[in-house]
Amino acid sequence: MAEKVLMKGNEAIAEAAIQAGCRHYFGYPITPQTEIAAYMAKRMPKIGGTFLQAESEIAAINMVYGAASTGHRAMTSSSSPGISLKAEGLSYIAGADLPALVINVQRGGPGLGGIQPSQSDYFQATRGIGHGDFHMIVLAPASVQEMADLTVKGFDLADKYRTPVMLLADGTMGQMMEPVEIHTPEVKEYDKSWALTGTGMKRKHNIINSLSLDAYELEQFNLNRFERYKLIEENEPLHEEYMMEDAEICVVAFGIAARVAKNAIVQARKEGVKVGLIRPITLWPFPKQALAAAAEKCASFITVELNMGQMVEDVRLAISCKRPVTTCTRTGGVIPSPAEVRAKIMEAAQEGGAE
Amino acid sequence: MAVVFKKPHALTDAILHYCPGCTHGIIHRLVAECIDELGIEGKTIGVVPVGCSVMAYNYFNCDVAEAAHGRAPAVATGIKRCEPDCVVFSYQGDGDLASIGTAETVHAAARNENITVIFVNNAIYGMTGGQMAPTSLPGQVTQTSPYGRDVNHCGYPVKVCEMLAQLDGPEYLERVAVNSVKNIRAAKKAIKKAFQNQLDGKGFSLVEVLSTCPTNWGMTPVKALSWVDEKMIPYYPLGVYKDRSAGKES
Repeated sequence: MAEKVLMKGNEAIAEAAIQAGCRHYFGYPITPQTEIAAYMAKRMPKIGGTFLQAESEIAAINMVYGAASTGHRAMTSSSSPGISLKAEGLSYIAGADLPALVINVQRGGPGLGGIQPSQSDYFQATRGIGHGDFHMIVLAPASVQEMADLTVKGFDLADKYRTPVMLLADGTMGQMMEPVEIHTPEVKEYDKSWALTGTGMKRKHNIINSLSLDAYELEQFNLNRFERYKLIEENEPLHEEYMMEDAEICVVAFGIAARVAKNAIVQARKEGVKVGLIRPITLWPFPKQALAAAAEKCASFITVELNMGQMVEDVRLAISCKRPVTTCTRTGGVIPSPAEVRAKIMEAAQEGGAE
Repeated sequence: MAVVFKKPHALTDAILHYCPGCTHGIIHRLVAECIDELGIEGKTIGVVPVGCSVMAYNYFNCDVAEAAHGRAPAVATGIKRCEPDCVVFSYQGDGDLASIGTAETVHAAARNENITVIFVNNAIYGMTGGQMAPTSLPGQVTQTSPYGRDVNHCGYPVKVCEMLAQLDGPEYLERVAVNSVKNIRAAKKAIKKAFQNQLDGKGFSLVEVLSTCPTNWGMTPVKALSWVDEKMIPYYPLGVYKDRSAGKES
């Protein structure tokens, strides 16, 4: 058992990445995630790894593309405006079927926005972050422990499916400190015979590429990739259920919003409202089945989000609009209070969501 | 029968897609000859650009990554940092290296990243059909400068070797041309040195190769070769702009 230590979320990500075997980090400063770069700058030289401050987020993601091409575990991290700059690179990484981990410690937007926590990059992360037909696995931690654990899981999923993976955190998760155990996982062996390591004059040359000028060939590459996406959607959705056994109102929230929602649910329960929480841990693949099952027994749904209502679309799709879905949202870096969420729950209860 | 001339091993058997008279073929061959002569094919990793040489991954026998437009030096950096014992080169055109990828070029040079950069300057965007490049000459007619490049409207060409020579970082910068036998021989020597520097751990070595684009220049291949002499070399003088180990600073 690893020792429990008090760590910032951003630092937990960095140490967990190292424990997962990542030895190559490329980044560019941006608040509120710069602690990841600072941690890597200290640690990497001591363990024979690479920390390199790139000239831009664009360069950093392309350094990750190069590093991932060699089969090594590589990552970059940024926050919302910087993630937009990485969108091009992520499309190329997906198109070239490379594994890589990207951390987004979200801040309010659009534009330069602010530096307070936000979840407003949900659409960007889950709808295909760059150009072209592709998905990216998106993981949403709700504690410092999960910041660490999902970082490790992210590397495994990336290698398993040869796909970019994003850890979608927010400024709160990045900055707050909690006790955390950083485990040293056993890193599985993945077939990396595709990697660029030099032919050694022993094999045909490997090519890492996303170009295909023949439309039928490109179509086939995309179809093959979507076969893998199908497997991901079947096997990898993750969620947590909280007080859902008898729930008549289902709150859906991820990350920091889920923690606020839990608090509100406890208060509402004290007032006799049967309310529970579904917390998606994977945002893509979205835990559709859990939501669909909840729609069989819950009268209404409420999403709690630090944006104008983005995940709400996935909830409506998952339950095929069978039940009313309302939102409790704050934007621009504001976190909804438990009282605000509780008020929404009580509103839903009065409209017949519960006794 | 004695073989007196053959394809370098570092080139595949694929038929090049380049236009007649284009000098990419010569430059590919020079790179491949250097790889052969240094005996490094098995540990060489190429990074190819977006532009006419986008499909060079089919032509080089070593491992190759295709980079996003302008990002080859960053991709090469990622590769080199993971595989420091491999020889990593990028092969880039002028739009790629000197326009969209300027930041990546400058900073790879500033870091003295231990990579080799082959920079093919033909003063035009070839693949997209002949638009004005960052290196198009003042007055040069292209699809997007139909009245000739007006420097009062869109500025002056970027002289890459001169610009990078101002940095303390890079090890070696040389401009060559491939429009005559003499120039081709000098170009090969420079390219080989740029690879040898990397093997010796000396750092960032860039060879700018003045190249032709008869198709988009609207010239015969022969006329294009003389246009390099008459127009390009006067604006882009050949020579060594930096050779730190030899004591040549800008």
